[in-house]
Amino acid sequence: MSYHVNKKGYYGEFGGAFIPEMLYPNCEELRQNYLKIMAEPSFQEEFDQLLKDYVGRPTPLYFAKRLSEKYNTKIYLKREDLCHTGAHKVNNTIGQILMAKKLGKNRIIAETGAGQHGVATATVCALMGIECVVYMGEIDIARQAPNVARMKMLGAEVRPALSGSRTLKDATNEAIRDWINNPVDTHYIIGSVVGPHPYPDMVARFQSVISKEIQSQLLEKEGTENPDYVVACVGGGSNAAGAFYHYLDNPDVGIIAVEAAGKGIDTGESAATSALGKVGIIHGSKTLLMQTQDGQITEPYSISAGLDYPGVGPMHAHLYKSGRAEFISITDDDAMTAGLGLCQLEGIIPAIESSHALAIFEDKKFKPSDVVVVNLSGRGDKDLKNYIDYFKL
Amino acid sequence: MNRIQEKLRENKKLLSIYFTAGYPNLDDTVSIIQDLEKNGVDMIEIGLPFSDPLADGPTIQDSSTQALKNGMHTALLFEQLKDIRKTVSIPLVMMGYFNPVLQYGVEEFCKKCQEIGIDGIILPDLPLDVYQEEYEALFKEYGLINVFLITPQTSEERIRAIDEASDGFIYMVSSASTTGAKQGFGDEQQTYFERISAMDLKNPQIVGFGISNSDTFLQATEKTKGAIIGSAFIKHLTEKGVGQIAEFVQGIR
Ligand SMILES: Cc1ncc(COP(=O)(O)O)c(C=O)c1O
Repeated sequence: MSYHVNKKGYYGEFGGAFIPEMLYPNCEELRQNYLKIMAEPSFQEEFDQLLKDYVGRPTPLYFAKRLSEKYNTKIYLKREDLCHTGAHKVNNTIGQILMAKKLGKNRIIAETGAGQHGVATATVCALMGIECVVYMGEIDIARQAPNVARMKMLGAEVRPALSGSRTLKDATNEAIRDWINNPVDTHYIIGSVVGPHPYPDMVARFQSVISKEIQSQLLEKEGTENPDYVVACVGGGSNAAGAFYHYLDNPDVGIIAVEAAGKGIDTGESAATSALGKVGIIHGSKTLLMQTQDGQITEPYSISAGLDYPGVGPMHAHLYKSGRAEFISITDDDAMTAGLGLCQLEGIIPAIESSHALAIFEDKKFKPSDVVVVNLSGRGDKDLKNYIDYFKL
Repeated sequence: MNRIQEKLRENKKLLSIYFTAGYPNLDDTVSIIQDLEKNGVDMIEIGLPFSDPLADGPTIQDSSTQALKNGMHTALLFEQLKDIRKTVSIPLVMMGYFNPVLQYGVEEFCKKCQEIGIDGIILPDLPLDVYQEEYEALFKEYGLINVFLITPQTSEERIRAIDEASDGFIYMVSSASTTGAKQGFGDEQQTYFERISAMDLKNPQIVGFGISNSDTFLQATEKTKGAIIGSAFIKHLTEKGVGQIAEFVQGIR
């Protein structure tokens, strides 16, 4: 069994392209071209070079000595927090802006929740001199003022999503509506491994540089490419898809996906999609999503805006359903505590999203000899206000 | 023969109206349908509200949000419609997004539609290939006509495939847009209407999106079988309430 996408765009029973006909030509153009374009040497060269010189790759694989001592196992951190713009998101936006150029598009749209993907998109658009419109829920615009300012400084137009619950899912709807209304000149840079085929696969491939680097870095440090476990937080699932990618079909490597439990799975304020979701359609993909019995998509909650999405990418739905990955959910409180713990033990301030992945060591026990790689998807600068409020700093 | 197929054989241009069930008030469904028929509308699309209607512009989005707030849901809509065939005889089509249907159970949904006397279904985000592989047999078993959309961007090859898969009419989206985004038609639409007309498809076409008054109705139906009005009717309901349906329909033709 393979955990990669099949020819028709499915991971097991999940994925596909459940889109209105208005979007069919856009998605079809992408589907027919993305693999071809990615395989072109000129594309590869430019992508690799930008990742190296602009993003700062490879990011270090850092042996966290004091954290390892605390939990009595060998913990490595994959330092995506050191990427330009502060998170893994830019790996994908670099890839997609090059894709857009190859497809002859001259206008970019994107959705954003906390603003990380919006900033990463605005950044590559500035780099390439391409017009950029970012949709962001009206409520998120108010909550994430610094990232709104960053996008504006980078030359992007930030358009408020005023529909529905006025958060990430609605920003995504607005971006899709924009794409329907501008089918010819516009490329939609989706920010995670979600949306209709081929997006989940394309974004996973751009993020797969993470696990490719882990393989060679671990070989150098541990004499093997394979950790015993690789751990990542899952919002839509792009940093996780990248960290898992080259290990998906390797049964020697355990995969642990960490979701946001919010205030607790049973509180009604949670974003733990695997625990609370059912199979359905969201943003053009058949996957697990949080919804009412009647099939209306519900609003998730997490202290971390990046994990506050009511679905997961179809790859992760399949990893969950098939049992290939273990899914753990972590509450706001446990994530915040783990985040502060990393600051004090290792001198690294993590994004709250990444703190969820770090929090699993409290309950989940590993052997002293286990090598556990945690994908540190982003840094905590963007979250300072949350940390300040939470810890009364 | 299905009521839609019969209606399509009538020698006239068809006026079809879309409204969102549960809007403006939860219990308006039946009276809106009755009033539309009374005023000479040929076919009705009953919109099943969805939280995330991504092919719709603000007017239909807002009506869906309000309908859900009012308490509309699939089972309730079926309950409201259970006696509709005692008073209404024009074709009725259910229109919505796929997820609520999936959660209700596709077979159960089709069965209910048949019981009530629904004639067709439009689910814009149920793609052609999935329909054919998984649901076509079911829709046929329950006597339901599935309606597909085409747009100015749809390739000729795909239009032929959609024509082949259809046995009622083709929903011709007038421009690359969400609902209610554009008003009126330009040269681009005229060319598109002519191009499709020249393809000599086996299914008649009914135009939707961008029709709001008698002018646009006439333009849209010059080369096609009929036209569907959605956002303009919802706006009318919002502004004038449910008591003025006659005025709206008579303003169209
Ligand atoms: C630092 C960080 N990690 C994780 C995520 C969640 O996204 P994904 O699950 O696609 O990696 C985000 C999203 O904004 C993020 O900023």
